[in-house]
Amino acid sequence: MNFNSNRVIIIRLIILATAIIFVARLFYLQLIDSSYKASAEGNIIRRVTAYPSRGLIFDRDSEIVVCNAPIYDLMLVPHQVKKIDTLKFCQLLNLPIEEFIKRYKICKKFSAYIPSVFESQLSNSMYGRLQEFLIEFPGFYVQPRTIRDYPSLSGAHVFGYTGEISKKKLKKIGGEYRMGDYIGISGLEESYESLLKGMRGVRHVMVNVRGAEMGAFKEGLYDTVSISGLDLTSTLKSSLQKYGEQLMVNKTGAIVCIEPSSGEVLAFVSSPTYNPVELTGKGFSTNYKKLSMDTLKPLFNRSIMAQYPPGSVFKIVNHLIALQEKLINNQTSFSCDGAYNIASLSVGCHPHSSPLNLEQSIQYSCNSYYCYVFRYILENNKYKNIEMTYSSWRNHVTSLGFGNILNTDLPNEKGGFIPPTSYYNKYFGAGKWKWTTVISLAIGQGEILCTPLQLANFASIIANRGFYYIPHFVKRISHSDQIKSKYRQKNYSDFDSIHFITLINGMKRAVDDGTATMAKIKDIEICGKTGTAQNPHGKDHSIFIGFAPKDNPKIAVAAIIENSGFGGTWAAPLASLMVEKYLTDTISRGWIEEYILKADLLKK
Amino acid sequence: MDRGVYSEGRFVKKIMSKHSTIKVGTIDWLAVIFYMALVVSGWLSIYASVYDMETGKSIFDIQTNSGRQFLWMLVSWLIIIPIITVDYKLFDSLAYLLYILTLVILVLVIFFGTEIRGSHSWITVFGFRFQPLELAKITTSLTIARYLSKYDTKIGLMKSQIILFSLIGIPALLIIGGGETGSALVFAAFVFVFYREGMSGNILLFAFLFIILFGLTLMLNIYYLLAGLGVITFIIGILLRKNKNALIFIITAGIISMGIVLSENYLLHHVLKPHQIRRLETLVNPNADPLGMGWNVTQSKIAIGSGGFLGKGFLEGTQTKFDFVPEQSTDFIFCTIAEEKGFTGSIIIIGLFVALFIRIILIAERQKSAFSRIYAYCVLSVLFFHFAINIAMTLGLAPVIGIPLPFISYGGSSLVGFTMLFFIMLKLDAYQGFILR
Repeated sequence: MNFNSNRVIIIRLIILATAIIFVARLFYLQLIDSSYKASAEGNIIRRVTAYPSRGLIFDRDSEIVVCNAPIYDLMLVPHQVKKIDTLKFCQLLNLPIEEFIKRYKICKKFSAYIPSVFESQLSNSMYGRLQEFLIEFPGFYVQPRTIRDYPSLSGAHVFGYTGEISKKKLKKIGGEYRMGDYIGISGLEESYESLLKGMRGVRHVMVNVRGAEMGAFKEGLYDTVSISGLDLTSTLKSSLQKYGEQLMVNKTGAIVCIEPSSGEVLAFVSSPTYNPVELTGKGFSTNYKKLSMDTLKPLFNRSIMAQYPPGSVFKIVNHLIALQEKLINNQTSFSCDGAYNIASLSVGCHPHSSPLNLEQSIQYSCNSYYCYVFRYILENNKYKNIEMTYSSWRNHVTSLGFGNILNTDLPNEKGGFIPPTSYYNKYFGAGKWKWTTVISLAIGQGEILCTPLQLANFASIIANRGFYYIPHFVKRISHSDQIKSKYRQKNYSDFDSIHFITLINGMKRAVDDGTATMAKIKDIEICGKTGTAQNPHGKDHSIFIGFAPKDNPKIAVAAIIENSGFGGTWAAPLASLMVEKYLTDTISRGWIEEYILKADLLKK
Repeated sequence: MDRGVYSEGRFVKKIMSKHSTIKVGTIDWLAVIFYMALVVSGWLSIYASVYDMETGKSIFDIQTNSGRQFLWMLVSWLIIIPIITVDYKLFDSLAYLLYILTLVILVLVIFFGTEIRGSHSWITVFGFRFQPLELAKITTSLTIARYLSKYDTKIGLMKSQIILFSLIGIPALLIIGGGETGSALVFAAFVFVFYREGMSGNILLFAFLFIILFGLTLMLNIYYLLAGLGVITFIIGILLRKNKNALIFIITAGIISMGIVLSENYLLHHVLKPHQIRRLETLVNPNADPLGMGWNVTQSKIAIGSGGFLGKGFLEGTQTKFDFVPEQSTDFIFCTIAEEKGFTGSIIIIGLFVALFIRIILIAERQKSAFSRIYAYCVLSVLFFHFAINIAMTLGLAPVIGIPLPFISYGGSSLVGFTMLFFIMLKLDAYQGFILR
């Protein structure tokens, strides 16, 4: 009995003790601590976000290519607005009175107590004018902020752009983002968002009923400073990037240049492009609308999102596979009489000397030769049936970075297409197809597709004699070299380096005295291969891949000019200009430069 | 020992005379008055927390939280009717069945529940959303009451203790599975019931010691804390040096405390994940995460502090409107009261709760049936835990655990749930005269 009533007393005591602690705490917060009292006298504590400055981006020569510019937003807290001279206010802002009323209503509908943006991004002169009179307009105040600026005026598809976070995205990622915050939407701005954004701070400011700041609340006890985002050093060479964009004016297509020894992307042109400054600040929405309506799709990043048939460039792949599988050797010769004919099948070729050996097959890009080679590959008696032979072929192809995304550090990369066995089985029926069915693969036509980045990476593999680093766009984060380890490790293709010797000699000869003579540069040993890709959209795409110098290569390049004709006519000279610009920083062949700059190859 | 006898002698006469005239038994009207006072002041505070002086919407406007809360009040009162009129024996006999049913629902909700703010703890029925965990509080209470009141349950036995802790542990784990860790903690409150029914008081003491020392470990340098504990043990030891037993006790307690501090320090630096530590640190120092957890606490304190002695007046609050304090009408409703009604108003609400709790203890202790008494203590524990944690959270004394303030906070599930919990107790109380065993 005693035992239980003791316990009941203890329970009562616990309840009373809790209540007493609460009352004591309330007594302290509400009656003793005077810093809260000030706000009880009609003052309001406003929370001002201290926006961090977003990380800068430099190019590989430490030139600033992405930075921040200050702007001012005019904010409104509707319930603090008391008897203001609306007419004067509208005059100051150059705003019709109806517009003022409309915006005021929108803000108030959102919230009477939370600040909303009344006029975003005031011009400097407007800010100066307004600053002086702001005290007469309680409820309005100016909040400083920064927007992105792109001083190099190029590289739009690499850097991407920033914009207000969408409602959908906010719902999905939430966390530290708030409505109206800026977030990277494409390019490096998107993929490195977490590093670039920094950390926001917050200030608590005492504001009187007239909206004037009365100083920090509790001497800044609850405030935090913002922390700037990390700076990035891009792999791009800004001068080369600008030159590439200049060359591509009035052409659609892409150029990608990679440093083979590191996988660093030196230039990354997708044409038509746009001035990155267009997608910042006040003009964002009108410019965005204009750009997205453009029929030439300047917002479309062709270098990683467009997928083209590789054309004759792909002969190199079959060349390597045949050597690796020991089906041909350096001396293997075939004759060509202008076409490859077997039964009902005929693949045309262009005039050149005959018969030709392996090296010459690359030099002259002989179609017949590669039809023979492709037959050897798919009739390899090492494998039981066509499915197995084909999938072995496909594995070799994908080891070169085709058919899958490369996992570069830009968002929305496409993977191209190398048809799997199941594709043909479905299309023709299992066992009902053979090498003649897919003969167009011999010369890079048919179903296969690849992105310009994959082609440049392929050129890089040849330059490296068999391996590649995943192409990437950031070489340094802040001041450390700590980029992701996947960008620092070698990826080996299926092919022994010995098989590249004949190939590279052939590519050298193609430039010196073959299909790509317009790419020839005095004193630079450039190796290349042209491609002319038939496509359903009109004239052939002009394609070129190559690298230079032949020994110890410094740059690998892929160029595609849509619907312009032969690879040797446009892509080869254009790519050679990029190579020359990068290696010597001058252009020795003025007429070639002029020929490219003047060309208007837009599909009419 | 027959625990029922204690209350019987004192009240039996009075009750016998009452129940003979009223069929439904005798409702404890004082408890109902406390209940009504809390519900109505909650409703007014919800109105104040969503009130926009520009539009000046009515308190009954169904577009606002206050209008919806009024609907839920009506629903709660409708549910009281069947509770009062059914046979009181039903609650005892159906306890286990209802408990198992609740567990099934809790499991289903994890997989098929409607997701709201990352928590899979809601079910939608005819467009109404309901949180079954509110149901779990009731059925678990009934089950504990039934199990503990069984003649062969001996609370001192290991077996009974294991069963009891499983009874509260299983629904708690399922609720954690649904993503409502805060609500799961409520089930720890049943320790009070176990204590009242005879479990060793050390459990309570140990829990308190653990919590207090944990707070100190977070706040203070570990070496100062250990030294401080040593000094305190030493001083009390000197004062009690004549009583040998007390001396041994205090030295043991001192050593245990230091052990707890050391293990908590280890826990803090080697076991807990960064975000878990952040949540705890926010408690001690809201600046640690001013835009996340700390934001609520800071804003809540600012709002409360600005209330002063008499408050800013009804609907005059500025800091508790809209998004200044998130979850304003639900978890942080006490801010609105403290801001608009000031110190006086806050004390009245706290006083009402204390009066209610004392009344429940009185009701509990006058029961002749162990089932009814234990159930009443369950009600007390659940309500008290919510009260203590919720207000401590708004005052910055406890971590931000999102649980509502009973009868006050906005929310249909919680209002209906607490009303049912409470009125089942009143129903059992009304029939206590009949139970003589």
